[in-house]
Amino acid sequence: MPSPAVPITPALPAEWRDFLALTKPRVMTLVVFTALCGLLAAPVHINPILGFTAILCIAVGAGASGALNMWYEADLDARMKRTKNRPLPAGRMDRQSALHFGVALGVGSVVLMGLAINLLAAVILAVSILFYVLVYTVWLKRRTPQNIVIGGAAGAFPPLIGWAAATGRIELLPLLLFLLIFLWTPPHFWALSLFVRTDYAAAGVPMLPVVAGIQTTRRQVLIYTLPMAAAAVAPWPLGLTGAIYGVTASLLTAWFAILAVRVAVSRETDQALMKPERALFKFSILYLFVLFGALVIDRLVLA
Amino acid sequence: MNPDYDDEYRRRQRARAKVTGWLLGGMVVLFFAIAWARMMH
Repeated sequence: MPSPAVPITPALPAEWRDFLALTKPRVMTLVVFTALCGLLAAPVHINPILGFTAILCIAVGAGASGALNMWYEADLDARMKRTKNRPLPAGRMDRQSALHFGVALGVGSVVLMGLAINLLAAVILAVSILFYVLVYTVWLKRRTPQNIVIGGAAGAFPPLIGWAAATGRIELLPLLLFLLIFLWTPPHFWALSLFVRTDYAAAGVPMLPVVAGIQTTRRQVLIYTLPMAAAAVAPWPLGLTGAIYGVTASLLTAWFAILAVRVAVSRETDQALMKPERALFKFSILYLFVLFGALVIDRLVLA
Repeated sequence: MNPDYDDEYRRRQRARAKVTGWLLGGMVVLFFAIAWARMMH
């Protein structure tokens, strides 16, 4: 239910920029990039027009997830500094428009993927949208501090969809990429939640630092970094990639682990002074971009 | 009615109509390209 802070009917129709903002364009950048890498790393040549269509469908599907997330969480967004200027909490758009927009994007992207690319990619895209909206947003986010652990799977689907779009199959390498993003999500989001925890607490979101405390969260960041490191490096010894990816993954993951250790041993409680947490959060984004970039270069060189 | 309000209302409607038009045009081109690519495939 919307809170009283969320106007039911705004005075003017929403601008097109507000609809664009509903799709969370910044989040979409990483989704599109990892999906493109999944598609390019596949050992099959895909027609560029069909490849473009597949990536477009994944981007639009991610936009649908973002719009439906904002539709459902308008009351929550209104209570957080980071999100209170979004179109719904700011009163620039009515909730029904956001719902219709999100559903239209979601259905359109899945149908187009099924008709233009293949059924497997369309099914995984549909599962990823439903997982993000129903499992993460509706079910987990407000109920458990494990919300982003399980919900992280939603963000891990893009490379799998990209690969499935190119090949029509699911194989070990895209599954490892799925696992990598799945295990990367907790350290990434918990690093963020450490230095914005008062925001989450004010909104009543049971993020780990709010529920279990700062030190437990710091330990969990390190604990999840270990299997993430294994998933990141595994494609090399398994013979799925060459040395370009292997060396890049080893070096970047080592630096990720060092930053995670710095977070784990830190005793700082003032959010404004949490430098290791900010450093890990920023690096984790770069980490994924460079790792996937190295994967594509490696696969192209091998090909 | 307030003329400023009316002007802003129309401006937003026009801007949304223009973007929708471009998107629909883009979709026509994309569907044509997909049909062509699948036939070549």
